[in-house]
Amino acid sequence: MEYVSPEGLRLDGRRPLEMRQINAEIGVVVKADGSAVFEMGNTKVIAAVYGPREVQNRSQQLSDQALVRCEYSMANFSTGDRLRRPKGDRRSSEISLVIRQTMEACILTHLMPRSQIDIYVQVLQADGGTRSACINAATLALADAGIPMRDLITSCSAGYLVNTPLLDLNYVEDSAGGPDLTVGILAKMDKVTLLQMDAKLPMHIFEKVMQVAMEGCRAVAQYIREVLLENTKELEYRRGL
Amino acid sequence: MEQRLANIWRMSVNEKKFIENALLSDHRVDGRRPFDYRRLSLKFGSDDGTAEVQLGQTHVMGFVTAQLVQPYRDRPNEGTFSIFTEFSPMADPSFEPGRPGEAAVELGRIIDRGLRESRAVDMESLCVLAGKLVWAIRVDLHILDNGGNLVDAANIAAVAALLTFRRPECSLGGEDTQSVIIHQPEVIDPTYKEEIIMGGRMTVTMNTNEDVCAIQKPGGQGVKQSEIMRCLRLASQKATDITDKIKKAVEAYDLERAQRKIRRHSSSSAQAACGADIKMSKQVVDVTQKKIDGFKIQSKDPMNQEEVESDTDLENSNTRGENNSFQQVDEIHGKMKSVNLFTGRPSSWHPYGKGITSLSTCTSSVALSAPRAMEAEKKDTVALERPNESKLEKPSVEATVDDSHTKEMSASVQQVNQKKSLKDAVKVKSRKKKKVASTMVGE
Repeated sequence: MEYVSPEGLRLDGRRPLEMRQINAEIGVVVKADGSAVFEMGNTKVIAAVYGPREVQNRSQQLSDQALVRCEYSMANFSTGDRLRRPKGDRRSSEISLVIRQTMEACILTHLMPRSQIDIYVQVLQADGGTRSACINAATLALADAGIPMRDLITSCSAGYLVNTPLLDLNYVEDSAGGPDLTVGILAKMDKVTLLQMDAKLPMHIFEKVMQVAMEGCRAVAQYIREVLLENTKELEYRRGL
Repeated sequence: MEQRLANIWRMSVNEKKFIENALLSDHRVDGRRPFDYRRLSLKFGSDDGTAEVQLGQTHVMGFVTAQLVQPYRDRPNEGTFSIFTEFSPMADPSFEPGRPGEAAVELGRIIDRGLRESRAVDMESLCVLAGKLVWAIRVDLHILDNGGNLVDAANIAAVAALLTFRRPECSLGGEDTQSVIIHQPEVIDPTYKEEIIMGGRMTVTMNTNEDVCAIQKPGGQGVKQSEIMRCLRLASQKATDITDKIKKAVEAYDLERAQRKIRRHSSSSAQAACGADIKMSKQVVDVTQKKIDGFKIQSKDPMNQEEVESDTDLENSNTRGENNSFQQVDEIHGKMKSVNLFTGRPSSWHPYGKGITSLSTCTSSVALSAPRAMEAEKKDTVALERPNESKLEKPSVEATVDDSHTKEMSASVQQVNQKKSLKDAVKVKSRKKKKVASTMVGE
């Protein structure tokens, strides 16, 4: 399979350093304190945030900061084959942990002691890069819920096939067996919080691929800022300002 | 969701501040420097494929077992590899028995990613019968004591266990992990207390080739990209260190195990075998100086398996060649088809000893030559296989095949042995095989 054609086009017609189309919407789950839908190409993810609210399990209460919980699950219909165990399998468990720790790094938890913030992320359509889409959706949902954060966390994936760094892999490119790197950054501070990689990559190539991924993250951050700004203008308008 | 039990030991604020302040002035509570590893001790069990790692206070055991299963439908000629972690409550009061918690799952997945995607375990050599039977390798990691930095200790245990695993005659070399704490001060190999106060953690799995095999930085404090590259460079240094330590320990163990097996046989054969053993150990020593280029599993023919795939043949022949020095033992015992002798033979092989040279010279070339041989001389390779499974004849031919892959010194040793065994050989059949094999070498 030709992952990058001789003319420099990928399987879906993109250039190697081109991201898929992004689309985001805020306030989709009315009951939740904050929610967002985030689409990266064909990957569609919905996130809902409840909090800060009272800790449900007293034993887990933290006296000096908020408790952040996260649950990642894939809908049965999200992939080609209907999933049998969308929740509770090892991969979901790991991704839940990863998203929780990533968001914990940016939420100002010490401002809300003895409370709990729940982040629920559900994958509606999976086409590669679900982890990144989930983190982006969670950021938007947290912002929509008005939870104080240090910075926006954005994430993007990158890979290396046919000797070219590729930005934002889709499912086919992801399952090609080449390296798959997911990076999550604090947008304004330009610091890396999430970094996961599998498969082999020599160190100097790793550096290149990581830079490509960080560029992608910055582009997503730009878009998220625009969306949040739009949303704020809406809210202002509705309040009659 | 994470289950945090009420009986988690919470650190006092005083202690936290104390450790943080000490770290700010580059002092660690146990007296180490920021980028020092704790003392690593590696012990092996009586069975093949068991390893016990002690990294300071952290204690982890790794077990490797194999089972014949049906392969996945979309990968009919690859074996399977799975890792299971057991966070025993005796290690830490916060570990719950039963279902693995988040940390256990994460640890298992980090190690799985590191070993699987980097092709440290060669799946295709686990194939017995394409589409019907493959070996399913299962690595069980038991945490016995949580003194911090479980990921590294568990990874070392997994790699060491896989390296010494012999059923079905698979040997493996692996990459290694470093766990680097990212806090204002950066620290390697955190202890339990340091782990509690740390703001973030990054685990890098690298091989000795300076390839990054896997990275896990699950959230936590933000760091600049330049710092990450620095950590990677640090990690590659430590990886080479630790891989060396593991290799030395595994070789010492292999040697000791080989000597154990030899002494069990009759005295006369024992003497001859011991002589060969000395040569063998000499080879092993020379081999340690070579650099290992990635790793792969070399499979040998499983016990009494009539239907062995010929794609494993060349690898088999490679590793069998090393066993040449023990040929005499087999000849003396005649055509014993007993399972015992068979098990004796494989375990006295030094796949790792010989394997290292072949690995360093040609992990790829072995794989290359396998298909080549397959195309050219399918019959021959099958013929080579049969005696091993059913008759226990010593195809010293493997020695000659091995020559093409290994250093000259070892090759000459092999040939000396070969000459002896040729005379000893009784069966006409084996001679035929030798001739067949020599034509193979000629190609």
